[in-house]
Amino acid sequence: MAADFKITASKVNVHYGEAHAIKDVDVNIESNAVTAFIGPSGCGKSTFLRCLNRMNDTIDICRVSGEILLDGLDIYQKKVDPVNLRARVGMVFQKPNPFPKSIYDNVAYGPRIHGLAKDKAELDQIVEQSLRRAALWNEAKDRLDQPGTGLSGGQQQRLCIARAVATAPEVLLMDEPCSALDPIATAQVEELIDELRASYSVVIVTHSMQQAARVSQKTAFFHLGHLLEFGETSKIFTNPDHEKTQQYITGRFG
Amino acid sequence: MLTIALLGVVILGIAGYVIARQRAVAVSGGETAALHSRPGYHGLYALTVTTLVGIGVFIVASAIGSWYLGSSMRSALADLDPTISGLQADRVLQDARAIATGGVTSAVDALREELSGVFSSVNATRVWGITILTLGGAIAALFFALQTITTEFRARNKSETIFRTILWSTAAVAVVTTVMIFIALIGETLNFFTGVLDWRIDKFLFGLTWSPLSGVHTGEMSPDKVGAVPLFVGTLMITVIAMLVAIPIGLFAAIYLSEFASTHVRAWAKPMLEILAGIPTVVYGFFAATTVAPFMVGMGASLGISVEAESALAAGLVMGIMIIPFISSLSDDVINAVPQSLRDGSYGLGATRAETIMKVVLPAALPGIVSASLLGISRAVGETMIVVMAVGQSANLTFNPLDKVTTVTVQITMLILGDTEAETAAGPAYTLGFALFAATLSLNIIALRIVRKYRQKYD
Amino acid sequence: MTDTTSEPAFDMAKLSAKHTSQEAEARTKRRHWAEFRLKAYGILAILFAAVALVILVYTIVAKTLTVTNEFYLSLDVPIQLTERQSATLTDDNPNTNANLENLIFQAMGVQLEAPHRGRSARPLKGLISTYEGFSLGEIVGANLDLIGGNYHFEALLDDNLQLYMKGDFGRLSDAGTAGPITISAGDSGDQVVISAASNAFGASRIAMREDRAAEGRALRRSARDQERAFNETQEALDDATDPAERNRLQKLLDGFGQQRDQIFARADAALTEATDQRNNFTLRTDDPSVFIRANGGWIKITEMEPERLVGTVMNPLSQFGEVPEGKWSGLLMTSPEAERKISDRQLLWMEDLKREDRIVTHFNQRVLFSSDSAQAELAGIWGALIGSFWTMMVTFAIVFPIGVMASIYLEEFAPKNRLTDFIEVNINNLAAVPSIVFGLLGLTILLSGVKLFGIELFDGLLKVFAEDPRSTPLAGGVVLALMSLPTIIIASRASIKAVPPSIRDAALGLGASKLQTSTHHVLPLAMPGILTGSIIAMAQALGETAPLIIIGMNSFIQDPPGGPLDKANVLPSLIYLWNNNSERLFDGKTAVAISVLLIFLILMNALAVVLRKRFERRW
Repeated sequence: MAADFKITASKVNVHYGEAHAIKDVDVNIESNAVTAFIGPSGCGKSTFLRCLNRMNDTIDICRVSGEILLDGLDIYQKKVDPVNLRARVGMVFQKPNPFPKSIYDNVAYGPRIHGLAKDKAELDQIVEQSLRRAALWNEAKDRLDQPGTGLSGGQQQRLCIARAVATAPEVLLMDEPCSALDPIATAQVEELIDELRASYSVVIVTHSMQQAARVSQKTAFFHLGHLLEFGETSKIFTNPDHEKTQQYITGRFG
Repeated sequence: MLTIALLGVVILGIAGYVIARQRAVAVSGGETAALHSRPGYHGLYALTVTTLVGIGVFIVASAIGSWYLGSSMRSALADLDPTISGLQADRVLQDARAIATGGVTSAVDALREELSGVFSSVNATRVWGITILTLGGAIAALFFALQTITTEFRARNKSETIFRTILWSTAAVAVVTTVMIFIALIGETLNFFTGVLDWRIDKFLFGLTWSPLSGVHTGEMSPDKVGAVPLFVGTLMITVIAMLVAIPIGLFAAIYLSEFASTHVRAWAKPMLEILAGIPTVVYGFFAATTVAPFMVGMGASLGISVEAESALAAGLVMGIMIIPFISSLSDDVINAVPQSLRDGSYGLGATRAETIMKVVLPAALPGIVSASLLGISRAVGETMIVVMAVGQSANLTFNPLDKVTTVTVQITMLILGDTEAETAAGPAYTLGFALFAATLSLNIIALRIVRKYRQKYD
Repeated sequence: MTDTTSEPAFDMAKLSAKHTSQEAEARTKRRHWAEFRLKAYGILAILFAAVALVILVYTIVAKTLTVTNEFYLSLDVPIQLTERQSATLTDDNPNTNANLENLIFQAMGVQLEAPHRGRSARPLKGLISTYEGFSLGEIVGANLDLIGGNYHFEALLDDNLQLYMKGDFGRLSDAGTAGPITISAGDSGDQVVISAASNAFGASRIAMREDRAAEGRALRRSARDQERAFNETQEALDDATDPAERNRLQKLLDGFGQQRDQIFARADAALTEATDQRNNFTLRTDDPSVFIRANGGWIKITEMEPERLVGTVMNPLSQFGEVPEGKWSGLLMTSPEAERKISDRQLLWMEDLKREDRIVTHFNQRVLFSSDSAQAELAGIWGALIGSFWTMMVTFAIVFPIGVMASIYLEEFAPKNRLTDFIEVNINNLAAVPSIVFGLLGLTILLSGVKLFGIELFDGLLKVFAEDPRSTPLAGGVVLALMSLPTIIIASRASIKAVPPSIRDAALGLGASKLQTSTHHVLPLAMPGILTGSIIAMAQALGETAPLIIIGMNSFIQDPPGGPLDKANVLPSLIYLWNNNSERLFDGKTAVAISVLLIFLILMNALAVVLRKRFERRW
């Protein structure tokens, strides 16, 4: 049902200068579910992901056309402030990028700039909740004032997840969050993603089909800027409609 | 005569190259492939050995010769008139030398005439000695080099080793320069400490009156009048004013240019800052003295405030303008060095550009910015021309920027350029110079430490 | 893996609603406003720097333009030589020149109808530059046919007259010429009495009143200072108990009080004169000068009453009597004679000469192509220009080979050990040493030698080359070379580092030695970058002043140096010297020197940029 869709994208086109990177993409993101974007390198999945929180605005030569609705609101409208949008649609990046600040300050950054906490006590609670949701609280609670850059790779990525969660978003975008992590850390983060969908709508870009199969309920297959197929994960990986999808998941190209 | 000696060495070197090369070809019987090294390298070896030995002998012989000349003159003076010593003795010797070489002397008398005779004869010996030793050494070296020419002789390796040593020594010039600076400054400083201050260094560092030349015509410099605190305060005041101008303006300019500016703005703003950086300090000094200072006096008069023409304000303001490009370009570098991933992380959380800059980028770049500021302070402290032209000489101890002040660099300049005997003026001048050197060096080292200690590894 | 050991007290979901609230919108507005402010600060900062630069360039250009023209007095000089002058000119010795100034003065005397010999001729002689007699002598000496005839000679005006022609002392303005005047002889000699309409000389009266008012204000301020001193002394006196001290303070008090009263009185007198409409003025030398020009002559006014003036005749009038309106003019010079460098007499002569078209201007080549001179109007930058040239030659000859060789060593050969680190630390430190310290280094090590506790360690190193190497381009060059060394090393190392290792590997793979690789392959590829860095370093050295002043380039040197061993000045030290000189003409000339220096710097930097663009390679 339409009411279940957190984000609806229709006829989205993205141009990088002369290059036409995203061509006429329609896709719906369900609430409280994990949607995976898969496809070969350069197919545009990261580009499209960045449209959902208007991160492409930071690139001068990028032009986005089409409609993307968040809870029925067109996010590319003039009166929508990207600053507020990004508080509602959080992002976790491929390479963990904690700020050179303490763990506490990393997580508290978002709430502070958006004024989410009335006082220090409330801020402490937000930080604790976020770290718990990122499954980092036990490891971090005794070292909150230590620099975030001192953590291991997997811990850093969880810190970035905690940071994103701290702004109380409704949607979480994750751009290949495990590609820089070792297998153990990857497993931890994947487990986390499954827990996160209870509170957020998650969209994850991944180049690992196995990861998509493990983690997501819905999958979208991108190829050369087009969205070729979108549907239930189980269907995509066992019985896809499109020939290219079939070829991709069987490893004929990629 | 001495230049002839050096010229001779050069000619011998070139001759050596030619002869050795021919010799090498001859030794191999025309089959140059049989030689380990090509004939040119044999020639090169001969040239370098000859020239280096020649120059080396020249330097050593010159040093010995100067020492010999000096001590002969001194013993001659002691024989002729044992009563004269100290400053007067130096003057007599200087005059004797001047008489012999046709220079300007302060007086002419029998003593000086006789000494000039001594000088002429000893000097002749010295010059001839140096010339003969140098040329002799060079010739000997040349013969030695020619002896070495055989087919197996690794001339190329040998000459490359020589060249490598030369290269190394050019790099060592920097070390030698630092050592020389140290020696130059510490010599007179120690003389000053032992002579005038009698090791009461606190009188220099903490004394409040600076008037070192006030007692000089009676022959004594008073240790109570060499208190450098007014100079330190004056220098500090001008530096503070300069940094109050340079740091905010430089930093904000750097932020704007690296984060906000369009390519159009950058196209004229960056060159404009580079032009400001390239203007010689003497031009800034002229500007401060002829335009800024009178303007300040005039503006002060119309507001009813009395502003001195030689105030710290004008000099500090112009110095600040001079330092702006320094701060802005160094800050620009460190801001750009902050990786884009941090900025993306901040934008992803919904921060504005300004918040990202103030809360993420600047704190990350802070060690570099602090280091740049320290280097800027170091430049301000050591700056001479702007203050010499815009600020006065009277050592007035004041914290009022509208009052006239003087700085360490101005005093050094005035002491050296002034009419007082070089001997007496040298003491306080070089001691101030040493203090200046120590201060700027410390700032430099601290700046480097800060960057090293707090630099974030972004890998 | 979720931590369930906590109380689920806080509901994060509630926070999400905050994003779409009114509060959030207001807050976002504030945040964007903060961003706007940050941008504004940035723009203001850049504008500040730009405006400072513009003002600086404007002042330099404006001052340069004040000396682009030189003023000459055009005369017809009959060339009638004395026996001695003839002999000097016709002998074979080219070094002796005849000074024909007597002919020039004579011609001037005829033109101005004034004495040209003896003490009373001083004002006349002061009109032209000191050595013009020799200039004329050179001209006649080169062309002996001129003897006996008339020569049209242009004599350079003295520097004070140059300033006057530029308007530096102010210009004559209209003092009021209403109505007819009647001139009659006065009590004695040159004195005359003029009766004029009461509204004549209005402008000069205003000027006088303003002058008096300003004087009154200044005196008032000074009196107030005395008052302050008086009060402070009074307080001290009240606190003092020692009778000797009280005595001393009382004396001081009386002195201050007296002074204060006197000054107040003078202030009041001046202010009264300033405000009284019908007052009479007696003109003192520190008052503006008021003149009347009538019947071909000049009168300087000494007393002003509403309808009667008393004056002295400066240049004779053809007749006295009534002069109708329009046939006479009243002129005012607001700067008083006491504060000008030219007297009223000279001023009036200049006015007549201007009227007779005897003052001509020429483009000022002299400032560019003559050497320094004690006479302000003759001074030029040529000597310093040559000095800079030689100094740069020496600097480059020393620092380029050493710097390049050192960087090759550090980049290609140096092992990674403590010694190399030490060398690098030294280079970085040297770059931060203030320039004046290098001057002190030069002064001792290179020039006067080092003495420790009375023992001479060694004599000045440069004494090898010359007896007194102070102020020579050689000494300056060595000092600047040591200063520029770190810069060139750092720039060259960057260029050498930029050459990719693949080039080195290829050469080494063919069996070249390390030295051959560096010199045959790496160095040529790095050379454009090295040259660019060197040119920029040389440009910096060209503008250096402090160390050169310390090693002796701080005094007046007449002739340009013939080589690096002759005493010389450089452009920056000349700028410093000229700036110290209080002669006002040097103000503009200093600006010319600065302009020439800046032009050279711009050219050198432009060359470096062009070089970089043309030969830059992208690896």
